[in-house]
Amino acid sequence: MQVGRVGDAGGVPTETVAGTAGLRDFLHGLPGVDQVGVEERAKRLATRSIKTSAKAQAIDAAIAMVDLTTLEGADTPGKVRALCAKALRPDPDDPKVPRVAAVCVYSDLVGVAVEALEGSDVKVASVATSFPSGRAPLAAKLADTRAAVEAGADEIDMVIDRGAFLAGDYGKVFDEIAAVKEACGDAHLKVILETGELVTYDNVRRASWLAMRAGADFIKTSTGKVSPAATLPVTLVMLEAVRDFRAATGRQVGVKPAGGIRTTKDAIRYLVLVNETAGPDWLTPQWFRIGASSLLNDLLMQRRKLADCVYQGPDYFTVD
Amino acid sequence: MSEAGGVGGRPPTGSMSEAGGVGGRPTEKMSEQRLAVRKTYKLFIGGAFPRSESGRTYPVNAPEGRFLANASQASRKDVRDAVGAARKAFGGWSGRTPYNRGQILYRVAEMLEGRHAQFVDELRAAGLGGNAAAREVDAAVDRWVWYAGWADKLGAVAGSANPVAGPYFNFSTPEPTGVVGVVAPDSPLLGLVSVVAPVIVSGNTCVVVASEPAPLPAVTLAEVLATSDLPGGVVNILTGRRAELAPWLASHLDVNALDLAGVPDEQVGPLEEAAAGNLKRVLRPTGDDWTGDQGTRRLTAFLETKTVWHPVGV
Repeated sequence: MQVGRVGDAGGVPTETVAGTAGLRDFLHGLPGVDQVGVEERAKRLATRSIKTSAKAQAIDAAIAMVDLTTLEGADTPGKVRALCAKALRPDPDDPKVPRVAAVCVYSDLVGVAVEALEGSDVKVASVATSFPSGRAPLAAKLADTRAAVEAGADEIDMVIDRGAFLAGDYGKVFDEIAAVKEACGDAHLKVILETGELVTYDNVRRASWLAMRAGADFIKTSTGKVSPAATLPVTLVMLEAVRDFRAATGRQVGVKPAGGIRTTKDAIRYLVLVNETAGPDWLTPQWFRIGASSLLNDLLMQRRKLADCVYQGPDYFTVD
Repeated sequence: MSEAGGVGGRPPTGSMSEAGGVGGRPTEKMSEQRLAVRKTYKLFIGGAFPRSESGRTYPVNAPEGRFLANASQASRKDVRDAVGAARKAFGGWSGRTPYNRGQILYRVAEMLEGRHAQFVDELRAAGLGGNAAAREVDAAVDRWVWYAGWADKLGAVAGSANPVAGPYFNFSTPEPTGVVGVVAPDSPLLGLVSVVAPVIVSGNTCVVVASEPAPLPAVTLAEVLATSDLPGGVVNILTGRRAELAPWLASHLDVNALDLAGVPDEQVGPLEEAAAGNLKRVLRPTGDDWTGDQGTRRLTAFLETKTVWHPVGV
């Protein structure tokens, strides 16, 4: 299936965008997404059967790609410390289980996470820019971002202004992402598109390109607060976008589906999707992440099931 | 080909009966024949009737060897799905008031009674004599009603107010154990009812491996359960090979107890060993006479006692 040909638009250099009109022309010049084709392809790839040793490898790969997340109003320093302990040693009974990629918290709890993870290679990610709605003045969003970076966050998960995007004000969205990127300094910037609110796959493709051209290091599907969150077809469209973006500009951008991925089966389906769409270059924690909380326990349960040949129960894994 | 035409109800034509030569039967009779609408015997998981994940079936024969039907042959993954469904249903079912559970179980008995004739037919097919089959169905309905009555009495009988040397009101109440794996005995209806009802009346949920040689009444019982307000997942019924399914049930760490009523003696030991992995409660086969008085043994086998110290007079 030939989807995602970028055509002439791919030749536009990323650094120069000639005003809102040029950006609009570029985004609307992107080829439309074949909705039926994308959904069928995602469904087809989801039927791949991954068993035994391949499954064991996939589980370990998925664990290493998890952004272990807690984004609740009720988050406490204690809960964040417990989560960090789990990130460092997902299964206390088995030191061979890899560490997760990052811990993702609200910006005011970054300090707690940084302290708990000190000396390890587990990154601290912070949501910022008035997550999850993104409805705040730019100055507040930038202050939010700077505070998180100063507290030691390695990665910033920002949300785009969906209202502006849907109203067609692409310039505003672009400028905000660029400003936040600047405020990030050395920290990696993940841009949350909140695909559940973008309505169409065409919009997802446009938002992906918009975010990548504005300087995103990662594009992320969702906040997890809106349903539907991450889905396979949406992730497929985004993976095509990063693949085509690298072909056009030479810069590689990561992808992070988040929200609603709860089972090992789901996670493995995403890995298949990455391999078949963007390619194996993306199959590392540096370029692909899974935002999740309950997924990790299911991965651990499946891992132990493979080792012990006994179905596991949630009673024997930590509650988080 | 000609037979299909005749059975399909097309108007019989002279040319057809000539060309087809349908065993010389008169065409008049042919037009009255119907295609048999046979029941597909499937599993019962989470309130739905899926086929086995493995796609397998096995033939079920009457004792004299006559073919009765194909039943689903469940796999370990069906066990996994059934345990998941039972776990999901546990919170809601155990949280109901005992009175409500009793009402629902009584409703099950009403539905059983409504299918009396169907069960008699199935038990006859499974080898019981006419009167014996009817008596067995009567006994099964009565057994279910008897256990239904225990729902709101169990707390009083199995619980207690305990005298203690201190200013405390101390009492013990029985609580359900959780998900119970049940290997049903070969008595296809009465035995099945006698092991399922006592497990769920106290608030447990269960995964039942039906009798291997006579699983058909179990599937019909599932239809009764599905139409009587019992929440999906409280009872899950699998048909298939005991020797294949029971070990997965015994080793599953999300199963809290095991009733081995239908397990042959030589397999009890290995299953108990597997069940020890997470300290399951195990009820060994008791050689029960299912027609006799049951007592409370099966009710109390799957209970946990919770004792509360409540300060008084302070």
